[in-house]
Amino acid sequence: MEKRFTDIRGLFSQAMRRYGIYLILLLIVFAGSVLSPVFLTSKNIMSVGRQVSVTGILAFAETILIIGGNVDLSLGSQVALSGMISINTYLGTGSAVLAFASAIAVCVCCSLFNAFAITKLQMPGFVATMSMDFIARGAVYVYCKGTPIYQVGDYGKISSTYLFGVVPLPVVFLLGVAVLAAVILRQTCLGRNIYAVGGNAEAAFASGISVSRTKFKAFAISGLFTGIAAVIQMARLNTGMPDTANGYHGDAIAAAVIGGASFTGGAGTAAGTLVGAFVVGFISNILNLKGISIYVQQIIKGILIIIAVSVDIAGKNRKIRQVAREKKEPVEPREGPA
Amino acid sequence: MQAEYKLRFEGISKVFPGVVALDEVSFGVHKGTVHVLMGENGAGKSTLMKIINGTQQQTAGRMYLDGKEVSFRSVYEAGQHGIGMICQELSYIPDMTIEKYLMLCREHRRRVPGFIDWPKTRAAARALLEREGLSYDPRLTMREISISDIQILEITKCISNDNIDVLIMDEPTSALSNKEVARLFDRIRILKEKGITILYISHKMDEIFQIADEITVMRDGRHIHTAPASEYTPESMVTMMVGRRIDDVYPKEPVAFGEKVLEVRDFSTRYTNVSGLNFYVRAGEIVGLAGLMGAGRTETARGLFGMDALESGQILLDGKPVNIRSVPDAVRCGIVMATEDRRRYGMIGCRSISENIALPNLRKLSRGPFVDRRKERRHVAEMFRRLRIKAPSEQTEAKTLSGGNQQKVVLAKWLLAKPRVLILDEPTRGIDVGAKYEIYRLMSQMAKEGIAILLISSELPEFIGMCDRCYTMYNGRMNGELSRAEMTQERIMMHCAGGKS
Repeated sequence: MEKRFTDIRGLFSQAMRRYGIYLILLLIVFAGSVLSPVFLTSKNIMSVGRQVSVTGILAFAETILIIGGNVDLSLGSQVALSGMISINTYLGTGSAVLAFASAIAVCVCCSLFNAFAITKLQMPGFVATMSMDFIARGAVYVYCKGTPIYQVGDYGKISSTYLFGVVPLPVVFLLGVAVLAAVILRQTCLGRNIYAVGGNAEAAFASGISVSRTKFKAFAISGLFTGIAAVIQMARLNTGMPDTANGYHGDAIAAAVIGGASFTGGAGTAAGTLVGAFVVGFISNILNLKGISIYVQQIIKGILIIIAVSVDIAGKNRKIRQVAREKKEPVEPREGPA
Repeated sequence: MQAEYKLRFEGISKVFPGVVALDEVSFGVHKGTVHVLMGENGAGKSTLMKIINGTQQQTAGRMYLDGKEVSFRSVYEAGQHGIGMICQELSYIPDMTIEKYLMLCREHRRRVPGFIDWPKTRAAARALLEREGLSYDPRLTMREISISDIQILEITKCISNDNIDVLIMDEPTSALSNKEVARLFDRIRILKEKGITILYISHKMDEIFQIADEITVMRDGRHIHTAPASEYTPESMVTMMVGRRIDDVYPKEPVAFGEKVLEVRDFSTRYTNVSGLNFYVRAGEIVGLAGLMGAGRTETARGLFGMDALESGQILLDGKPVNIRSVPDAVRCGIVMATEDRRRYGMIGCRSISENIALPNLRKLSRGPFVDRRKERRHVAEMFRRLRIKAPSEQTEAKTLSGGNQQKVVLAKWLLAKPRVLILDEPTRGIDVGAKYEIYRLMSQMAKEGIAILLISSELPEFIGMCDRCYTMYNGRMNGELSRAEMTQERIMMHCAGGKS
């Protein structure tokens, strides 16, 4: 009987670890609908979606990097630099496609340089990407001589257009990137390699996987996502602001970590990150609706990360203990030909 | 025989929710003896040790130290009562110097609280090294010395605590070469003369009979037998450990050898002492590389597998020269290797068994950039069955498996790659007897399928039991070749030690 009981308890804790974040999201939605009558309106939900779109997309970039055992602290500055270049490209050519392409190209270049610094110069990721943060931020001020671009034509339309009249384009991009990230992580060989390299780089190497090539590819994908986020950020502002998106990498990492990406590498999912982004977004939204200051929101975000990470670690420890116990019991081998 | 028990257990039980890890274990350990504890993984040896050194507490039963009932709530408390333990997995601080490490946590203090008197502390560390007859430079960092040196230092550190009179050692020789083992045993004998009681956990038969005064066998959390070492034979001990008889410990099957699959000419690798090697392995043949630690066996294997760069020489596969510059090159050629350090190089601990098995085979299990999940599932399931991996499912995290099953996962991933040459570096290290047998069975089976196997093993009985032919290495060079009929422990050792026979 006791055995059975622990089985159920083990299953429960396992389920909580895997699905806990979804439960939390549901609880927040429930709390929001009780606390505010406008919370559950489609207009409010879409506005939250629009608010989390930029950091959400960046969160997918960070998720892929974190799973692969890296992190990028330069995404905010990359957004500013590539966004400004994208606006000028748009103003010069009038082509939205080129606006996206130029932003993506800039971010992919920055990201590949990060990958180069990490794999070839063997710099720690924190230091390499922090340096890139300074470089990109400095570059954007040099590029626009410190002045914002106020006249951006109809660049802002990228943000203010609605799909089917309800879904804002930034939300469409957010969901598109989410699907793309999920497919890369779950369905492709590259995804498997990223998990492997993040989980144990030496074993991945000894399994015949090129660790540095995998890291380059992960950073390239991160650059692609960051470029998309940059265009949306500038479109939302409807202005070219060189000092924008400062510290966005922090919000992105927060969403990824709350969604279950593990800084020890090798663990995390796209779905978790999407939920993580919305958990952060909904909480800010509820606090906004209740008129609670943005400063308090910062504190709450910090506490959330602490809770998410400590629950993750506690779950892992619990699991290890549980397995240590199970190992003492002989597990019957499966039937099979000798 | 001394009647006095240093340590005595009476009905010790440890129950975890749902599992009984120790079931009424009762036996005594005589003062000043080496008492060896034997048992398969999961027999409850480590749980018992943890109770002795205060990491865990028993659910029921009593423990007596010098006739007085004791129970320790922490390692510190156990240490106060004179119990010290050297764990299997060495933990040390790589950038710390030897002298600092030896004196860690018992540095000499200055009068001002919180400040350390370094000159005095250093002098104490040096005195300690001198007393134990160790000639290490105390200013070297731990990073710069070998694992076996660290182990010796760990023991020195532990026994330098003057009040220690019970020393627990959990598989202390797993990283040591034979010469170093002999050194360790000398040390153990000296400790014994000083009246220190030693509890020794090991899997290695020959070692046990060298040092044990008494042996206790445990199985499935139960105490099976305690008796003086002279009353055991290796066969009787194995029988007690596994509860069934293993008649033929080495299930070797006769195989008709094919052509030379792997041939190596004038082989040297960069930054190692490996130079000028010539050898070959035929299809279906198990060829051993014998040598002491530092002889270059692992380095040779790493070179073949593309982990270390080739300096000169040629690798021929089926008579054709191949260019192996990286692990992917080697895998593509069909040369694969199960490395010595499983947890470090063997698997991605936090991912599933399935992902680990599929990892080097993704090229085969994919369509374009996408993983073919159905094909993957089919192949993994087949390997899971064939290797009899004991786990709840293919989705179980690899790190939660026992050593033997982890090794099976490593073998599974390489078998799926359909290799021509399989290099096994210490394939049964840290694995219990039952799982060892299965690994041997798999080796025979793979040889029968025509795979050329290169085996590195420090356990000579296993080496002799499984190899068809062997080469001996000494200081990076090959100094002998022995056929199966010529292989004896004495002969191999003679070559490995650099002698001629």
